[in-house]
Amino acid sequence: MFNNKVYHKIDALSGSVATLRAEGVKYNEIAEIESRAGTSLAQVIKLDGPNVTLQIFAGARGVDTAAKVRFLGETMKVPFSEALLGRAFTGSGVPRDGGPAINENPSPIGQPSVNPAKRIMPNRMVKTNIPMIDLFNSLVISQKLPIFAKAGEPYNELLARIALQADSDVIIIGGMGLKYDEYLKFRSTLDKSGALAKTVMFVHTAADPTVECVLVPDVSLAVAEKFALQGKDVLVLLTDMTSFADAMKEIAITMEQIPSNRGYPGDLYSQLAARYEKAVDFDGAGSITILAVTTMPGDDVTHPVPDNTGYITEGQFYLRNGRIEPFGSLSRLKQQVNKGVDKFVEIDGKKVNINKTREDHRTLMDAMIKLYAQYKETVEKQSMGFKMSAWDQKLLKYGAEFEEKMMDLSVNIDLIDALDLGWKILADNFEKGEVGIPSKLSDKFWPKA
Amino acid sequence: MTTTGKIVAVNGNMITVAFDGAVAQNEVGYAICGDKKLMAEIVRVRGTRCDMQVFDATTDLMVDDRVEFSGELLAAELGPGMLAQVYDGLQNPLADLAAEASKISKDAGFFLQRGMYIPGLPRDKKWDFHPLAKPGDRVMAGDFLGWVTEGIFDDKTMPGHKIMVPFALRGVYTVKTVAPAGDYTVTQTIATLSDAAGKEIPVQMMQRWPVKVPIKCFTERLEPTETLETTVRTIDTFFPVAVGGTYCIPGPFGAGKTVLQQTTARYAKVDIVISAACGERAGEVVETLKEFPEIVDPKTGQSLMKRTIIICNTSSMPVASREASVYTAVTLAEYFRQMGLNVLVLADSTSRWAQAMRELSGRLEEIPGEEAFPAYLESRIAAFYERAGRVKLRSGATGSVTIGGTVSPAGGNFDEPVTQATLKVVGGFHGLSRARSDARRYPAIDPLDSWSHYNSVIEQDRVEKARAILRKGNEIGQMMKVVGEEGTSLGDFTTYLKAEFLDAVYLQQNAFSESDATTPVARQKVMFDMVEKVLSSNFEFKEKDETRKFFLGLQQTFIDWNDKPFESDEFKALKDELDRKIAEATDGE
Repeated sequence: MFNNKVYHKIDALSGSVATLRAEGVKYNEIAEIESRAGTSLAQVIKLDGPNVTLQIFAGARGVDTAAKVRFLGETMKVPFSEALLGRAFTGSGVPRDGGPAINENPSPIGQPSVNPAKRIMPNRMVKTNIPMIDLFNSLVISQKLPIFAKAGEPYNELLARIALQADSDVIIIGGMGLKYDEYLKFRSTLDKSGALAKTVMFVHTAADPTVECVLVPDVSLAVAEKFALQGKDVLVLLTDMTSFADAMKEIAITMEQIPSNRGYPGDLYSQLAARYEKAVDFDGAGSITILAVTTMPGDDVTHPVPDNTGYITEGQFYLRNGRIEPFGSLSRLKQQVNKGVDKFVEIDGKKVNINKTREDHRTLMDAMIKLYAQYKETVEKQSMGFKMSAWDQKLLKYGAEFEEKMMDLSVNIDLIDALDLGWKILADNFEKGEVGIPSKLSDKFWPKA
Repeated sequence: MTTTGKIVAVNGNMITVAFDGAVAQNEVGYAICGDKKLMAEIVRVRGTRCDMQVFDATTDLMVDDRVEFSGELLAAELGPGMLAQVYDGLQNPLADLAAEASKISKDAGFFLQRGMYIPGLPRDKKWDFHPLAKPGDRVMAGDFLGWVTEGIFDDKTMPGHKIMVPFALRGVYTVKTVAPAGDYTVTQTIATLSDAAGKEIPVQMMQRWPVKVPIKCFTERLEPTETLETTVRTIDTFFPVAVGGTYCIPGPFGAGKTVLQQTTARYAKVDIVISAACGERAGEVVETLKEFPEIVDPKTGQSLMKRTIIICNTSSMPVASREASVYTAVTLAEYFRQMGLNVLVLADSTSRWAQAMRELSGRLEEIPGEEAFPAYLESRIAAFYERAGRVKLRSGATGSVTIGGTVSPAGGNFDEPVTQATLKVVGGFHGLSRARSDARRYPAIDPLDSWSHYNSVIEQDRVEKARAILRKGNEIGQMMKVVGEEGTSLGDFTTYLKAEFLDAVYLQQNAFSESDATTPVARQKVMFDMVEKVLSSNFEFKEKDETRKFFLGLQQTFIDWNDKPFESDEFKALKDELDRKIAEATDGE
C-alpha cells in the first residue's frame, strides 16, 4: 500500500518536530518534506487520531506551514554495498566526501534484537599491543566497551590507534557532534595507514541538525550488521555517545516528555542498550565489536550518560591524564580469553585451541593491580608527610616502575612480552612471598636472579 | 463473543484503543499489523478507550488498525517441559523462535521476529504419566494427581515432576477418573474431577496461571529459619540467606553483581534455579547458556542445566516484556514450590524492571514520583519480594521460593528510590562497594555496611567477634591514613593486620578458581576455626615490619590452602603448616 497523497498544511512546529493531519500513516514511517528550507526526510514519531507528529531530520528551521509533505510508506533505510568502503556520509546517508550517492540494496535501520540463542560465547581476543588493554583488560570480539574520558583527553587518538592495530575486516566510524577538523584527522590517519579502504564513516558534525546525530549509531550499526551477516568481523567505533544522548534529550524535551534524571528521557537506558546490544558474535556468521567514547561532563562518572552506559556495556576503559586507568577500567569478557588453560572449541570442524594467553595471565594481572592500589595509598600517606616504612619504600619504587613501563600509552608490546615484563617488575621490587601469588605460579615464572 | 477495538493513537510502545464490549485491566490483546499479530496488555482503561503496552516494536501500526482482545490476563503455561528451557519474558522458548525464524531466511533466523510467539510448553512431546490419585479421592487445588519423569526429576534421586490439580480451581473436588500409567502430551486429559454440583472438569498436565497473581495453594507460611547454603563464604558466614528468604545485591556497575549471581546459581544448594536476566546484557546470558549444560551438579551427577530455567529478556528486547519477565520467573518458581521443592529465583536486575515501569508510566503521562519513577514503585517491589517464602503444603511437605535481586543504583548511590524501596522489604542486604572492586577484593560485598536477618552457618557470637575486628581494623586503617604507621601502636597495628587477614583469606573468594569458588559449609567451619584462632591469638612481636611479614606469610599459606581440594593430603599438610606457624608466633604465652 502506497500513500501518494500530498499534504500541504502543517499545524504545529516546535524544535525539529512538526504536526499535521493526515490519513493512513504508519508508525515510524518516513516522509519527505519540501519547504522553503529545502527538502528533508522526516520520521513519524507519534500518531494521535488524525494528528501525525513528524521529526524532521534537517530540523524545522525555515519549514513553512504550507510545506509539501509526502509519506513514503516505508521506514528509514540505509543503502548497503561494498561501495560504502572508503566513503564518508552524514547521519541520513548523504555523501559528505564529494563522492557519488549510493542507492543499492536499501536496508531498514533499527532492526529487532538478535536472538540470544543465536549468539556464541565470545572467545577471541582482539590484540591491540597496548599492555593496559591486552594484559589487564583484554578486548574481546563482540564486546561493547566505552572509553570514559573528560573533554580534552586524547580519546579520538586512542580510538584511531586501536582502529589501526586491531585486526578487523571492516571498520565503521560513527561520529556524533564531531568537530569538523576531528573528522578530517580521523580520515587522514586512516588514509595514511591504508585502513581507510576498509572503513565506512557516518559523521554528524557539531554544525549539523540534531536529529541526524541520533541517526548515526543506527545507520552505522545497520551497515555493520549487514557486513557481519556476510561473515565479516566488524569493529564499530562511536564517538561521542554523550552527544548522542544529549541530542535525544533535546528531542524528548521538545516533545514534552517527562524527564527522569538531569533532563534525560526515562528510556535513556533502553535507548543506549538498543544500540550497544548490537555487538554480537553470530553463531554461523561474523561479529560486531563496539568501542564507544563517552565523555563525562565534569569528569563525573555518575552523570546519567556514563552511568547508564556502564550498566549496559561489558566493562569500560577510563582514560585519564592520557593513560588508561587500572582502577575502574574493566573488561568483563577478559575471563573468556585469559584463562590460561587450554580451551578447545570446534571451528569449521577442527579443534582449535582458542586460548592463546598464558596460565599466569590472570593471577599476575590481579597481583599487580592489588599492589598498585597499595602504592596509591602509600603515595597519599607520603604526601601527608608520614614516615615511609620499608614496605612503603618498596611500593613507591614498584608504582613508579609500573607507571613508566606498563601504563604509558606509548608502550607498544606483545602480550607475552608484557607478561614477562610484569614478572620482571615484581621481581625488581619484591620478594617472591610478598606479592600474594600462589607458589605454584611464582615458582615457575619468578625471574631467576 | 470476544471484544474488539480500533487503534486511535500510537506513541512508542503504547497504543490507545477504542473498544466495544468489556475489557479487564491487564487483559491481553493483539494488535493486527498486516499479517502479524502483536501482543499487548491493557494498562489503563478510561471510558471506552484503553491504553495498552505492546510487547513488540509498534512500527507500521496505523490509526484504525484492529485489536482483538483475548479475555485472559497475561499468563504462564505451567507443566512438564519447562526445565532447561531458555525463555524470553513472555515464556517464548528462544531456541524454538530461532528455528521458526530461520524458516523465513537464514539471516532472519538470527533475529527475534516481531509478532512471533511459541507456546512455553512443547505440545507434541509425550511424558510418562504415573497416577497418584484414585477415583473417589477428594482433592483441592495443588493436590497431586500423578507424576511424570522430567530430566533429573525421575522419582529416584529427586522426586518426580508432580501433576497437580489446577491452582485456579476453588473448593473441594472428587476425582472421577484418572488416566492409567502411560505416555501423554501436556494437553491430553489425564484426570476428570467433579465439583459439588456434579459438574465434570477435565484436567490436563498443563495449566495456565496469570503471572502477576501469586499462587497460594498452601496451608501456612513458615518462618525462614534454615540457612540456604550458597558456598560463598561472606554470604553463608556473615550475611546469610535463608531458604524462603529474600535478599538484594545493590552495587555500582563493574562491582561484580552478575558474577556473584552466576556463582550462586551454580553452587547454591537448592532443587531448582530460575534465573531472570531482566534488561541486562545478552552476552552474560549466553555465558550461562553455554556453560551450564557442561557443569555437573554434584547433587545429581547430571548437567546443571537440568535444574535450571533461564528467563532472558535482555536490554535490547522489548521493554514491556522486560516488565513481565520477573513475574514470569516467580510464577514458574511458585509452581515448583507447590511440588515441595526449594526454588531460587535470581533477578538481575530489578532496577531494569523498575525502569520498565518508569518508561510505561511516562508514556501514560502519570504524575511522576521521585526520579520520575511511578508512585506505585514501592508497593510493586514489595509485592514482588513477598512472593518469596517457605510454605507448608496440604500434603505436609514444605516448599520454598527464595528471591535474590540485584539492584543497579544510578551512580552507585544507594540513596535512590529502587534501592531504598527494596531495602525496606528484604531480609538480607549484600551491598557491593566500588572501593572493594577497584582493589580487586571479590566478592565485593561490603563487610561493614551489609546486613542479614537470617541465621549464619557459624554461631552468631563468633561471627560478631570477627565482625568487631573487621570494624576495629577499618577504624584503625582510617586513623593510620591520618597519623601514619608510626603514630599507631603495635597492638592497634596488629588488629589492623588481623582484619586485613580475615578479609584476604576468608571474605575474598576467587570465583574463577576451581577449589576456591565454592566452599561448602563443612569447609567453611574448618576455615573459620583457623581464622578465629589467628584473630584471637596474642602475637608476641617486637616491631611492625616483623608483624607484617608474619601476616603476609600466613596469608600466603592460607591462600594456598584455599586452593587445595577439601580433605586432600595437600590440604591437611597446609593445615598443619598453618597451625605450626601460628603456634610459633604465640610461643611466648
